[in-house]
Amino acid sequence: MSSEPVAVRLARRGNVLVPLGAVIAALFLGALMILALGANPFEGYWELIKGAFGGTDNLANTATRAMPLLLVGTGITISFRAKVINIGGEGQIIAGALLSTVTALTVPGLPPIVLIPLVLLMGCVGGAIWGGIPGALKAYLGVNEILSTIMLNIVAIQLMNYLLRDPLIDPLEIERGTRIPQTERLSENADLPILIPGTRLHLGVVVALMAAVAAWVFLWRTTLGYRVRAVGASAPAARYAGISVKRMTTLALTLSGAMCGLAGAVLVFGSESHRLLTDGSSSGFTGVAGFNGIVAALFGGLHPLWTIPSSFLFGGLLVGANAMQRAIQVPAALIVAINGLVVVFVVSSTSIRTKLTRLVTLFDQAAAERASPGELQSADREEVTP
Amino acid sequence: MNDWLTATFAVVTIASAVRLATPYLLASMGEAVGQRSGVLNLGVDGVMLLGGFMAYWTVLETKNLLLGVVAGIVTGAVLGLIYATVTIVFHAEQGISGIGLYLFGLGMSELLFQEQVGTPLPIKSFSTVRIPLLADIPKIGEVLFDHSLMAYAAILLVPVLTVVLNKTTLGLNIRAVGENPEAVDSLGVSVARTRLITIVFGNAMAGLAGAALVIELGIFQNNVTNGMGFIAVALVYFGAWRPAGVLAGSLLYGLVTAIVTQWKTAGLVTGAAASFTSMAPAVLTVIALVVIARRNAPQPSALTHPFVRGH
Repeated sequence: MSSEPVAVRLARRGNVLVPLGAVIAALFLGALMILALGANPFEGYWELIKGAFGGTDNLANTATRAMPLLLVGTGITISFRAKVINIGGEGQIIAGALLSTVTALTVPGLPPIVLIPLVLLMGCVGGAIWGGIPGALKAYLGVNEILSTIMLNIVAIQLMNYLLRDPLIDPLEIERGTRIPQTERLSENADLPILIPGTRLHLGVVVALMAAVAAWVFLWRTTLGYRVRAVGASAPAARYAGISVKRMTTLALTLSGAMCGLAGAVLVFGSESHRLLTDGSSSGFTGVAGFNGIVAALFGGLHPLWTIPSSFLFGGLLVGANAMQRAIQVPAALIVAINGLVVVFVVSSTSIRTKLTRLVTLFDQAAAERASPGELQSADREEVTP
Repeated sequence: MNDWLTATFAVVTIASAVRLATPYLLASMGEAVGQRSGVLNLGVDGVMLLGGFMAYWTVLETKNLLLGVVAGIVTGAVLGLIYATVTIVFHAEQGISGIGLYLFGLGMSELLFQEQVGTPLPIKSFSTVRIPLLADIPKIGEVLFDHSLMAYAAILLVPVLTVVLNKTTLGLNIRAVGENPEAVDSLGVSVARTRLITIVFGNAMAGLAGAALVIELGIFQNNVTNGMGFIAVALVYFGAWRPAGVLAGSLLYGLVTAIVTQWKTAGLVTGAAASFTSMAPAVLTVIALVVIARRNAPQPSALTHPFVRGH
């Protein structure tokens, strides 16, 4: 095998190299944009890398920023594996945040050991409800999940705006007459413990890592997870095998929502202000994590474990973007645009990856034929033709 | 409340419903044509944002509304070429690459706005064109014949697109490509070229919708659409892929929004309850989607399926 041409050896690594190439291409276009804005792209990216990964503080910030991306990305992985597209991450994050906030306001006196798991659980429940509705609508009534999840995003934002302006508003805000739409400081017993003193790194990061591992175990080590993936691979085949496609579709979106809802709870109780607040839009609270999580999951190859380094990378880009903005005065929004390009490039490169796989198979076949002419030829051919 | 007041109230509401419906209508008609040819574009919101910004910037620099509108259309068409490359040449998954297009438009519009303009300076807005005589008809006149040119153009496009889709060769090709690309291909009609036309048209319409929104508002700000493009995509399903259906959906959405706004200004709903009513259009759309799904509305069979010859 050592005599293999370089091209074939590279093609064998296609699954890793192609997405990596997509990110590099997107960053290259980003460099051109920085250049067009009259700044130095090398300086910009250097500041970005330093701001994201240089030193404990920055690494802690990156990990904190990566946490919602990882949770949403894990949820996206589960639903996409069942061929269900979940665009409702934003709404599910908000639903989880709202239910966990209400819980903390209702039973603020519980000891941390009970209250922290409880609020995290309620976050999952809130997200699961918000994901389960479009899941059931798709499975049992045939409603397109892309549209229903988008609409439920809008409903969730308005629900949050309503609750934070009236029933859940901080009594102090009414007293002072400022009426900023935010809750009071939530129970200290629900604060997520800081892991490294002096940084913002909190327990939520561990929760997110555990969730990603749990999702991997679920998808690849349990019967239920196998069924979910079977539905995604081929719904008719799964139905023929006796798997309830409807139930699996609902389950996939419910679990996906639960992960996003958990992100919402972690965002509230790990925040610096320890309260839920709104600026009237969704991105004010979620930081577009509902969409950026899709980017992280895609770059991670829709695999929960690969989504871990992937979210860390994109969390780093988001954190570093602010450092870049300070250093070379290029708005941090550049990174949002680059994220969009990454999605477009990664999705576009799927066909390239398929071609590379075919190339490798053809090469192996030719090698096998050279080694033992005539043997196994027909069997190999059948495997290659799609 | 006396009858005269109620009637005036209704006239103002319906008139502003038409105005609010215009960007939705433009964007969803473009999306409807694209989906008829089997291509889903979830990036409408991003295209609206970037098209809207380019229109705003052009008007700010040149003080020329027409140039602004052209800038919006051209921006949309360029983004359409990119999206066409991604979906036609690379056969990319449409649902997800659309999200990429959205994020790109969201980021780029904010980047350019902060870099080139910085503070939201107002621009001049469309003036309304009263159609002589007709606009003087009491009540109805104001509702139907006192709008900006953009609103008239959008509504005029509904019958035009209906005819193009149903009575021309191009329209037949578009519909056939959306239903059975293999058959169309075997007859020698280029699936790729047909989809290229619909994608560029659809995105140009989204750019125009962004321009219409921004010029109507007279201002640009970050994420000014606030998800309007996503609603426009939903309205296509609501309208069952027909321009007239899309018009009905847009007007309904505009009407509900206008009524809610009227209630707020009239003090019928106050404070926090107002945001409760703001979710009404979205809830209505979900209900409509359920009803349509039960009716088994005929979605184009090849929707979201990339065409690869020989598969």
